[in-house]
Amino acid sequence: MNIKHSFLDAFVAAILATIVFGPIMGIVLDGYSFNLDVPRVAIIVGIIFVGRFVFQLTISTQGGRDFFQQFEKGRAGSIEVTDPGIKTVLAKAIPFIMLAAAILPFFIGKYWITILILAYIYILLGLGLNIVVGLAGLLDLGFVAFYAIGAYGLALGSEYLGIGFWIALPMSAILAASFGAILGFPVLRMHGDYLAIVTLGFGEIIRLVLNNWSAFTHGPNGASAPPATLFNLEFKRTAAEGYTPFHEFFNIDYNSTHRYIFIYLLVLIAVAFALRLKHRLVKMPIGRAWEALRENEIACRSLGMNHVTIKLSAFMMGAAIAGVAGVFFAAKDGFVNPASFSFIESALILAIVVLGGLGSTVGVVIAALLVILIPEVMREFSEYRYLVFGLLMVIMMIIRPRGLITIKRDRKFSTKGEGAVVETKQGEGAA
Amino acid sequence: MSKNILTIDKLSMRFGGILALDNVSFEVEKGSITALIGPNGAGKTTVFNCITGFYKATSGALTLHTRQEPTSINKVLGQPFQLDDIFKPRQLASRIFYKMFGGTHRVNMAGLARTFQNIQLFNDLTVIENLQIAQHNTVNKSLFAGVFNTKAFKESEQASIDRAYELLEVFNLTADANRLAGEMSYGQQRRLEIARAICTNPEMIALDEPAAGLNPNETEALAKMIQMLRTEFKMTVMLIEHDMGMVMKVSDFIIVLDHGEVIAKGTPDEILNNPKVIAAYLGVDDDEVAA
Repeated sequence: MNIKHSFLDAFVAAILATIVFGPIMGIVLDGYSFNLDVPRVAIIVGIIFVGRFVFQLTISTQGGRDFFQQFEKGRAGSIEVTDPGIKTVLAKAIPFIMLAAAILPFFIGKYWITILILAYIYILLGLGLNIVVGLAGLLDLGFVAFYAIGAYGLALGSEYLGIGFWIALPMSAILAASFGAILGFPVLRMHGDYLAIVTLGFGEIIRLVLNNWSAFTHGPNGASAPPATLFNLEFKRTAAEGYTPFHEFFNIDYNSTHRYIFIYLLVLIAVAFALRLKHRLVKMPIGRAWEALRENEIACRSLGMNHVTIKLSAFMMGAAIAGVAGVFFAAKDGFVNPASFSFIESALILAIVVLGGLGSTVGVVIAALLVILIPEVMREFSEYRYLVFGLLMVIMMIIRPRGLITIKRDRKFSTKGEGAVVETKQGEGAA
Repeated sequence: MSKNILTIDKLSMRFGGILALDNVSFEVEKGSITALIGPNGAGKTTVFNCITGFYKATSGALTLHTRQEPTSINKVLGQPFQLDDIFKPRQLASRIFYKMFGGTHRVNMAGLARTFQNIQLFNDLTVIENLQIAQHNTVNKSLFAGVFNTKAFKESEQASIDRAYELLEVFNLTADANRLAGEMSYGQQRRLEIARAICTNPEMIALDEPAAGLNPNETEALAKMIQMLRTEFKMTVMLIEHDMGMVMKVSDFIIVLDHGEVIAKGTPDEILNNPKVIAAYLGVDDDEVAA
């Protein structure tokens, strides 16, 4: 504890704060003259003084230093090799979380159900992009294009081909994946920055085509999409020819919430599937190959792996998941228009992935929920959403550069049982 | 069946205005340990990058005689279209195929593995995973089997892990099997890189300065390991090395490169007494050599 030093340090910080914030916050224009707003500056400077003082006091103690140092371990600190089969508290809780999520819509209003549907759609998108960016290390700035292809696949598919939700689901996934392949094949020989620019362009091309090809897509007016059906039961007050409305079949009163509860449950199932898929993929040769490619492309090529097809498979897998998410999005709103697929959506999905941690599954789920729910909870601050967001990202990058969740790698044993004993502690360099 | 595993005929490599390799020709005999030596900047690593498919040779023919058939390295990297392709649809089809799916990896699939001067590992993956990735072309890659974790998939995965442990034991790395590759010591990383290359079941392995940064004891162990590659794994070894003591000890045949040209070929004894080689290493004036 070094109170005197801390006090001095905080005092200097306060003076600097006065210089920085004084003119900006203290002088308020009033017509051609200006007024001095001293209390506002005083509050800011006070906060900075107290904050700095407390921070200095904390790091002058051993405990405080240890606390901050744990963030600075960097790479090795955020990857842990653990025994397989050890179930973390989280893994044990998954069935309960799923069950809770499944019964949740029966207790909350329509408004919150739609918000949660959107959050789940973003989980899907986050998981999809996490395969591309997190596992394969391909920076994709136009991911929203595949989301748009999925959504328009349902809307236009029903308009021109008369397909319903259930057919559109796999069709859109395949369609998005083939678009991924068409885009990917020529450009995947490129690296990092170049690839990012090309994908950014691709995202914009898709949006502009949807916006301007009015004859086919109805342009900015958008297109309507059919809602999801349960074995041909429609969630409408009066069903179309040859269909029975859900409420009549079950002899209950019509309630418009039913439709949303149904989509909610469908998206939840899709999220569960996607989580399972991601969980398996990282343990499969293809998932390992993606991670290897992210780590070191040169080594991959020297080991007989075709980096183009491996990248392509990641691209297509991510695109397919985004396509499915798009179908859910279209079915939720019953309407799609190009404005929903602007670049900022791509950035938001990328933010979810970075925030959650490249390659992490749980992290992406938490990040998606945070990104969608926080602005809704803080409705009155929603204008500042991106400010808060930016701040969160900066803080994240400083304290957890590898994402919210520590990445775990499985320890693997031979049939003879080799590898079971741990001789050296993690992080200790053996000779 | 040729007794040479690799034939290089008039290989030239040009980077802009610099002719890095000028009509380099040599053969590597099956089962031999061949060393490629030469002063810095002689073009040794360029030769390696050409034969392992990392560079496309400007001209010259590179042929691998592995897996019971000759493989043209130029061809698998993808060649430009020729006028007579129009009349030979089969040739055109093969060109298109290699343009789309060809590349460096085909050289490894043909049976030539390599290591790098600056170690190229997957640092954030475990040692076992590094070795499993090298078995990518032999494991069960079925999406269905993997997602549903079928019995066949589990067996294939376990087999790849067991193979990895086998090699780790040979290279004395078993204790580090579940550590991250990036946190191992330099010497261990070198050994892991060689083990990983062997995991791809090559018939020939090209080692780029394997002894760089190793202490004398480690170099000694490495020399034994290289001999073991030949005796136990039945591989042909080609290496670039600056440690002359080791080169003279392990290699059957030495090729000396200087300024992109082969200045001498022969057994270690022949090379030791070759005036041109001595001149290249000690930097004697050109006219003195001629004299």
